[in-house]
Amino acid sequence: MLALVARRLMQLVPTIIIVSMMIFGLQQLLPGDPATIMAGEERDPEVIEQIRKQYRLDQPIPLQYVYWIKGVVKGDLGESMRLKEPVSRLVAQKLPVTLQLAAMAMLIAILIGVPAGIVSAVKKDTPWDYIVNVISLWGISTPNFWLGILMIFLFSVHLGWLPASGYVSPFENPWQSLKTTIMPAFVLGNSIAGVLMRHTRAAMLQALSSDYVRTARAKGLGETRVILAHAMRNALTPVITLGALEFGTLLSGAVLTEQIFTIPGFGKLIVDAVFNRDYAVVQGVVLVTSATYILLNLLADLGYILVNPRLRT
Amino acid sequence: MSAGVSTLPAASRPETPMQRAWRRLKARKAAMFGLVVILALVLIAIFAPLIAPFDPTRQSWAAVRKAPSALHWFGTDEVGRDLLSRVIFGTRASLAAGVVSVGIAVALGVPLGLLAGYGPRWADTVLSRITDAMLASPFLILAIALAAFLGPSLTNAMIAIGVTATPIFIRLTRGQVMTVKVEDYVESARAVGNPRWRIAVKHILPNVMPQLLVQITLTIAMAVIAEASLSFLGLGQQPPAPSWGSMLNSAQRFLTNAPWMAIWPGLAIFVTVLSFNLLGDGLRDAFDPRERG
Repeated sequence: MLALVARRLMQLVPTIIIVSMMIFGLQQLLPGDPATIMAGEERDPEVIEQIRKQYRLDQPIPLQYVYWIKGVVKGDLGESMRLKEPVSRLVAQKLPVTLQLAAMAMLIAILIGVPAGIVSAVKKDTPWDYIVNVISLWGISTPNFWLGILMIFLFSVHLGWLPASGYVSPFENPWQSLKTTIMPAFVLGNSIAGVLMRHTRAAMLQALSSDYVRTARAKGLGETRVILAHAMRNALTPVITLGALEFGTLLSGAVLTEQIFTIPGFGKLIVDAVFNRDYAVVQGVVLVTSATYILLNLLADLGYILVNPRLRT
Repeated sequence: MSAGVSTLPAASRPETPMQRAWRRLKARKAAMFGLVVILALVLIAIFAPLIAPFDPTRQSWAAVRKAPSALHWFGTDEVGRDLLSRVIFGTRASLAAGVVSVGIAVALGVPLGLLAGYGPRWADTVLSRITDAMLASPFLILAIALAAFLGPSLTNAMIAIGVTATPIFIRLTRGQVMTVKVEDYVESARAVGNPRWRIAVKHILPNVMPQLLVQITLTIAMAVIAEASLSFLGLGQQPPAPSWGSMLNSAQRFLTNAPWMAIWPGLAIFVTVLSFNLLGDGLRDAFDPRERG
């Protein structure tokens, strides 16, 4: 098992290097002189020259990359031009907010998606199955920013039950925190729930037609026990792994959701950075998001191997 | 040579895989619904100037934020523009973004996938690593970053979405090529001395097409949402040109006074994405050899 983990980690090295090159390469897409663009409104040649020196833009590109990646390895993601703060500190401040939102969204998605998928498989070709399919298609096809706007209209503007925007930390006031995050978390979880429903349904249908389920039924076990203890246990393993992979979708979705609900998380950080041409922040956020995603992929893979002994060789 | 075959009665003539897929697709109501809606959207996009009751960019201070009425079926926006006309014209940006960005992804991804699957080993290694790396970044975040560095415009949004979606097609084509290249007919084509590129294009590619078609349909759905998202953020279609995403952005500011502004563009995105998803699902079932019928 250890050797396997080591091998998977080794396989990640080239991926991480290419990701870092890609993110660094983004800077080269800027039309014109990066130093002038990074300076923004500032037109003072001295400032521009200082930026050129600070970011080593006067050096050849491969060397610039080496300097940049050296910093990244040490945890230095550069400095925000606008906020004059290290990008790593900004990331550390905003990441927990998005992670809280993502965790809540995933919980909502699992609570809706998995039971609905099971019901759909067990009641295949009945009205229940069709209803679940419709809900799942709704989840997959609804743009989450639209759903967010509709929910604000209903629950904040019309009914006045929940705040339309803002964020309160759960350590400050748990109840208020729940009230500010429940709508965005639902919006985020909605599309993942749709995907989970489909995966759960497919996995359950496969499990229900397998030999061990037939044997369990033949032994005279009750249907509930066959479904919950036999079929579901085996069907859920790939679903949980797939759920982990959907985390990337959550991080993407958070960009728009945080924008709509004015939540000061990772998504809002990247959007604000984009509009203020704060490129170091954009690069930093993409890098950290990709690294998180790669790590989750790895954990999902290892988790899958752990529960599936046949893959351990 | 085929005289004997052509005189056979139609019923006994063997069905080609495409004909069988089409017959199966026609039997799926949801997929056909998707197809009909997509065709209707294409017609709306083409004939937008003829269908739209008003100029989508014409402002009218006398008609600011008017609720839906007989004159303005969908109501008007914050500067008095007719929402129905804007939704109709917005079809162009959304469909164009879906088709062009997926076109870019296919044009880049399929040849690269063929190269990875059927080319030299080093090409596979390099391309697979790049694909892994690109798929390691969440789709929309990468598209936003690309669009941010390229500059905000619909063209750049389409390029950003297309490039971001490319690895999906590299991986899919490569995977399919790997399965197909050990088939007897490919081996025979090689045995009679066909060059590799010819085998790839003439023998392998047609067999990869069904899977590609399914993926193209589902990726268009994803691209339509991505374009709407980028336009919502101000990184796609620039005002005053109408786009469903940017319309939702302005709608958000007038939710209390003019909630109808938020309904129609969102509904348009939803219906478009749903139709492509339904068609994609239908195509997948229609091409699936395990499905009966």
